[in-house]
Amino acid sequence: MWDYTPKVMDHFLNPRNVGELEDADAIGEVGNITCGDAMKLFLKIDKATETVTDARFQTFGCASAIASASALTELVKGRTLAEAEKLTNQHIAEFLGELPEEKMHCSVMGKEALDAAFANYRGEEYEGDDHAHDDTEIVCTCFGVTRGKIENVVRDNNLSTLEQVTHFTKAGGGCEGCHENIREVIDEVRKAMAREATLRTADQGTTEEKRPLTNIQRMQLVSQAIEREVRPALQKDGGDIDLVDIDGKKVYVALLGACHGCRAAGFTLKSLVETKITDFIGEEVEVIEVEA
Amino acid sequence: MSDIIYMDNNATTQVAPEVVEAMLPFLSDNYGNPSSMYSFGGQVGGAVVNAREQVADLLGASSDEILFTSCGTESDNTAIRSALRVNPGKRHIVTTRVEHPAVLSLSKNLEKEGYVVTYLSVDSRGWFDMDELRHAIREDTAVVSIMMANNETGTIFPVEEAGAIVKERGVLFHVDAVQAVGKIPLDMSKSNIDMLAMSGHKLHAPKGVGALYIRKGIPFRSFLIGGHQERNRRGGTENVPSIVALGAACELAKGNIHHENTVVRAMRDRLEQGLLSSAPDARLNGHPLHRLPNTTNISFEYVEGEAILLLLNQFGICASSGSACTSGSLEPSHVLRAMGVPYTAAHGSIRFSLSRYNNDDEVDLILEKIPPVIQRLREISPFGRTK
Repeated sequence: MWDYTPKVMDHFLNPRNVGELEDADAIGEVGNITCGDAMKLFLKIDKATETVTDARFQTFGCASAIASASALTELVKGRTLAEAEKLTNQHIAEFLGELPEEKMHCSVMGKEALDAAFANYRGEEYEGDDHAHDDTEIVCTCFGVTRGKIENVVRDNNLSTLEQVTHFTKAGGGCEGCHENIREVIDEVRKAMAREATLRTADQGTTEEKRPLTNIQRMQLVSQAIEREVRPALQKDGGDIDLVDIDGKKVYVALLGACHGCRAAGFTLKSLVETKITDFIGEEVEVIEVEA
Repeated sequence: MSDIIYMDNNATTQVAPEVVEAMLPFLSDNYGNPSSMYSFGGQVGGAVVNAREQVADLLGASSDEILFTSCGTESDNTAIRSALRVNPGKRHIVTTRVEHPAVLSLSKNLEKEGYVVTYLSVDSRGWFDMDELRHAIREDTAVVSIMMANNETGTIFPVEEAGAIVKERGVLFHVDAVQAVGKIPLDMSKSNIDMLAMSGHKLHAPKGVGALYIRKGIPFRSFLIGGHQERNRRGGTENVPSIVALGAACELAKGNIHHENTVVRAMRDRLEQGLLSSAPDARLNGHPLHRLPNTTNISFEYVEGEAILLLLNQFGICASSGSACTSGSLEPSHVLRAMGVPYTAAHGSIRFSLSRYNNDDEVDLILEKIPPVIQRLREISPFGRTK
């Protein structure tokens, strides 16, 4: 039996704001009966103040799905659109005290319903729908989970394992054929997050990725890339690497251990070190070997 | 305890008070080792002999055909592994898509070890096709393993008919009878089953004890290697208190089997009819006729099983569901899916499994509590209101 908090049980047994809103300004509908949970969110929005004045829901699902939907309606009521758009599944989970990790996908469904309702309000197609966006590539065919959904959930909840992604999105919970792909998505998102974090601390407040890196930013990123990506790969083969200097886009490194004097060192430098650093910092660099 | 209405007897059962009484001395004064040479151990050995006879008696077997194990899963694993080891050249297994994980997960593992497994499909009532079985058996089939009764729906397979086909081809026939023993009469002396698995806690013995019937003359290889216990067929000091309990439970079951198929069946039927007529869009899962007398599995469309169970829990009602949220996986019951039950219904399936400890008042209470629970969840649900 699941260990639900009293607040989850309260919102399951006494759900708030159940039902339809006849004159809703926005409707968000996500999930489906096949997957085992589905939700329809109705919002009444005051156009002058751009405020959510009322919210109702209908949910098919387990106790935590009903509680998450109930929590969501309580969270959005009275908020401006700008505020409500910033709500994530984490806010729903926190509102309920806690959800068992296996049930986090219920909070994610709430967040999706909210996104879908806002898209509906703006007359847009919800990007969770087919063909709307590049991110709609289906990663998990069993549960129809898109790359975009996995990316968002990994980002919003700072996830790092396949098991977590399954708990939060159901992706990978069926035939397991997509496990490798999910791991790749997690890896990509986490790299991007690390890169952004560095940019934020290097240049407070600016997170524009497209701007060329400043020298300081580039130095920090290269150093991070070597620590996180390059060194572990080389150490697997008994080698190592030292960052000696950075001059603009030229990165000077020394190869150590088994790599030192290795005949494949030139190849390693280009195919591994340079590629990994370029990938990580999002900018081309040239890697040059020097003696330690 | 008085506030609990326990209708989840296919999950586990209350230990019968008579069974507790029978096993208690072996948890206190009679702690000797049955293998010892002095009479203090010998007495205990005598109790194990007696228990073996009680189990054999329920199954219509002779006592030297009974092997005590730790649970139904061990019995199933022992039987199938043994069948493979006595047929080293044969790499093929036949089973069904609706088996318990004790057989299904083992089969999946055996596939990774290089064995080939044929999983017989089932129809909407939960029965497999005899012709499909006939065609599935190959020259290199080592064992056919089929359950006697399904734990989720209670559907009873025509195992004797299947056994005739299997034996005609000279293949070993194992039956997982964990849910059937004690609920329907069995007679191994008139059967073509080679091995049969049973579990104690499904028939009012404690958890942690089971048995495997092995027909005399059937080649066998041990699963647990150790001492000479169980006539060298299972190493490990006997779990004497639980073995005594299993024996006592089997003797009680034999005496109650008529009650099970009349009184318990009547309660089950009343519950089933009441539930089916209590809510629109309720449907029965399982074979309408060939079903365990204690089991009913009903789907309430457009609502989800875990939510139903939690609301019933408020009234102390204990049942189970094949919904994804309660199965520990993200997909609903493999049994219901194999039967082609639509997902909409599988998610809202509830199983009530009765025992001789239930009564009519409890049936009445469930019939009173269920309709508002279903209605309440349907009011929250976005589906099923258009009708």
